[in-house]
Amino acid sequence: MSREIYRLTEADLEPLAVGAALLGTGGGGNPYVGFLRAREIFRQGAAVPLLDPASLTEADWIGEVGGIGAPVVSIEKFEQGDEGTRALRAVEEVLGIRVVALISGEIGGANAMEPVITAARAGLAVVDGDGMGRAFPEVQMCTFFIYGARPSPAAIADEKGNVVVYRNVIDMYWLERLARHTTVDMGATAMLALPPMRGDFVRRTAVPGTVMQAIAIGRTIKQARAKRQNVVDRVLETTGGRLFFTGKITDIRRHLVGGFARGEAILSGTGDWVGSEGRIAIQNENLVLWVDGVPVIMVPDLIVNLEFDTGEPLTTEVLRYGQRLAVLGLPAHDLLKTPEALKVIGPAAFGYPELSFSPLGAAA
Amino acid sequence: MIRIGIDVGGTNTDAVVMDGTQVIAGVKAATTPDVMTGVVNALRDVLAASGMDAGKVDVVMIGTTHFTNAVVQRRDLAQTAAVRLGLPATASLPPMVDWPEDLKRAIGGHTYLAHGGNEFDGRVISPLDEAELLGIAADIAAKRINTVAISSVFSPVSSDFEKQAGEIFARALPGAHITLSHEIGRIGLLERENAAIMNACLRDLSAHVIEAFRKAIAETGIGGKFFLTQNDGTLMDAAFAEKFPVLTFASGPTNSMRGAAFLSGVKDAIVVDIGGTTSDVGSLQKGFPRQATVAVEVGGVRTNFRMPDVFSIGLGGGSHVVETAQGITVGPTSVGYRIITEALIFGGKTLTTSDVVVAAGRYDLGDRSRVGHITPDFIARTQTRIMQMLEDCVERSRLSPEPLPVIVVGGGSILVDGPIGGLEVVKPNHFAVANAVGAAIAQVSGEIDRVYALAEISRDAALADAKERATEAAVAAGARRDSIEIVDVEDVPLAYLPGNATRVRVKAVGELHVA
Repeated sequence: MSREIYRLTEADLEPLAVGAALLGTGGGGNPYVGFLRAREIFRQGAAVPLLDPASLTEADWIGEVGGIGAPVVSIEKFEQGDEGTRALRAVEEVLGIRVVALISGEIGGANAMEPVITAARAGLAVVDGDGMGRAFPEVQMCTFFIYGARPSPAAIADEKGNVVVYRNVIDMYWLERLARHTTVDMGATAMLALPPMRGDFVRRTAVPGTVMQAIAIGRTIKQARAKRQNVVDRVLETTGGRLFFTGKITDIRRHLVGGFARGEAILSGTGDWVGSEGRIAIQNENLVLWVDGVPVIMVPDLIVNLEFDTGEPLTTEVLRYGQRLAVLGLPAHDLLKTPEALKVIGPAAFGYPELSFSPLGAAA
Repeated sequence: MIRIGIDVGGTNTDAVVMDGTQVIAGVKAATTPDVMTGVVNALRDVLAASGMDAGKVDVVMIGTTHFTNAVVQRRDLAQTAAVRLGLPATASLPPMVDWPEDLKRAIGGHTYLAHGGNEFDGRVISPLDEAELLGIAADIAAKRINTVAISSVFSPVSSDFEKQAGEIFARALPGAHITLSHEIGRIGLLERENAAIMNACLRDLSAHVIEAFRKAIAETGIGGKFFLTQNDGTLMDAAFAEKFPVLTFASGPTNSMRGAAFLSGVKDAIVVDIGGTTSDVGSLQKGFPRQATVAVEVGGVRTNFRMPDVFSIGLGGGSHVVETAQGITVGPTSVGYRIITEALIFGGKTLTTSDVVVAAGRYDLGDRSRVGHITPDFIARTQTRIMQMLEDCVERSRLSPEPLPVIVVGGGSILVDGPIGGLEVVKPNHFAVANAVGAAIAQVSGEIDRVYALAEISRDAALADAKERATEAAVAAGARRDSIEIVDVEDVPLAYLPGNATRVRVKAVGELHVA
């Protein structure tokens, strides 16, 4: 059995970035900058093997690197370049191991690109999967931690050369808290290496196939545009999602709570939803969609806002008055919908205790 | 108020005289390679056609594609040094990393990374290093480069480093044109830097072009002020435009769409502006062009300007018509402004779309006897091809299946006869000069961009304050107070800053007030 199911080359980077932006469900940071950084390295000849998560064994150590910080900062203060490698080497040193491959904690948004970039620089492979199948705002909101990954050792590196190692951290909330504070001190963007995991654990807990899924979505969007097809329809076909609302933004309200941008987008319905009001709760990502006051999609299921006519995935920070949106719902992977997962990433965990999670069915 | 609107396109320079909301006269003149001759011709022609005394003209508004075309065609661009302050941050992506190779080459690809830059909260990433900058300046001087774009990480939050570096370069490179990124763009380093570099490489050209406009206007005896239109359909005075030529990008499509709405009285429609070389198609919502929500590329470079969402195809009145084995092809090559010598109807040797329309007897232009040999079959197949091209791009610009009218404007409108893709076609009076009308009715804006601490002031009070300041800025820029409307409000919380800081950006727009 071959572990390598695909080899990522420069041509895959743009589709990966576009698909990752869609799976970011409004958050996760814009992958464009990461795409450019990856392209700079791949243009020097890098090609990164993509490993099937089902092929991983106990003998394989898998590393996880990702950017941490505020998306608005990541489009302004770019990386020096070696942050990911420095953080990864620091955790390997603590454990006295070397990883064979990297995995993304979060396929949605900018962190789809980071393992690819660090793998290309360090000569490693990447696992076709991730810890969310989407984006979430906090480190611990991923299947690895939900299903028992150790919170340490972890390491964080900035562009200036600072590397902070978390040798012992009692739980994932403390890691999130400590790393978040360090990140702010580092200028609100840094690279975090999480504790390397055994291959068999990753095999059981990763949301599988999401790197290839993102690339497939990206290719679909690109092809649909080239052929002048309806991008929203094609995305629905490729993802198995469903259209839940179309409308025009009539107000955006934003405020900050505990370092996270919370807000609401109010939509006035168009097309099949004329006369209805849509309301999308936002906390970095899109959390809940209500139509005429009734909640119809909620976390952890994916709420994706596409610009109505171009099909461009829109992040929460670019939402503006007057934009026309198609709001899609995509069912989350089963690993995200178990009782233990919902404690961490269900509606209550995001401040909506009145909502009990009701999963999306299959595509209608 | 008597105003003249001028639109300098790649093919034609159009001019209108307006008295209040009345179009008195509109003319088209050929764009000339030196721009100025065409503008003088258009001004003279339109004054003559309207019978207006030049001394009575209060104001001249000019929309020009000059600067966009220079970038798109990679000509008249100055060798430019792009200096970014931010090391050790940003080393993974140097300036111009996402530029097309040919454009990068056209301006020399001179990029420099230096220390400096700020964190999101204003802290310093690394101090400015004067010796380092002087070393870069010496290199720039040795390369005989005279225009510099300076960007610094988080300069929209703290512009001090860009200003200090600007002063260092101004001293070290006397007479150099220096563009600072915070004066042009918003947060988003690459896009802001891209806009600053494009602005910088256009500064030599802008000095030349603005002076040419000034002379052209003075030569015709007009004493009124003149303005250039920006991409949002508002005005900037000549001195400002000379410093910021990049802000004229995409003003042409905005002007033609605003002009189309004004002339037709239709506020929601698809607008097709057919020029000599290309057709621009966009959609009009409540009288304003729909803005693109994603990063807009100019000449292949990503920027974060707010621009109308316009789709262009290579179809115009001067497009080549060629019979090939696959059938008739129309465009994208065009005789452009040389139509008046190269098209068959004008005694030339090149078969253009205009020749076919005249041959079909649908329009009287030039010498019809020179196209008598074109067969009815060829005419029919060419017209079918043209209508297919238009249908495709109208379909792309539709936002819904609702049957919106299509407003067709521009000199190439003669190509259209009858509905496009089943949609009703409106050709307003003065359709050929809609873009000049759009320039003439351009408004004045005031913009404010401030950070409010929401711990000290409520969001509503902050927005009200920002709206008032934007209104005052618009009045100061020349807007009539009773005409001012708030057209854009954006408030974005700045994560992690104490006191719930929110950045508020408000834009107010009003009619130009002429005393």
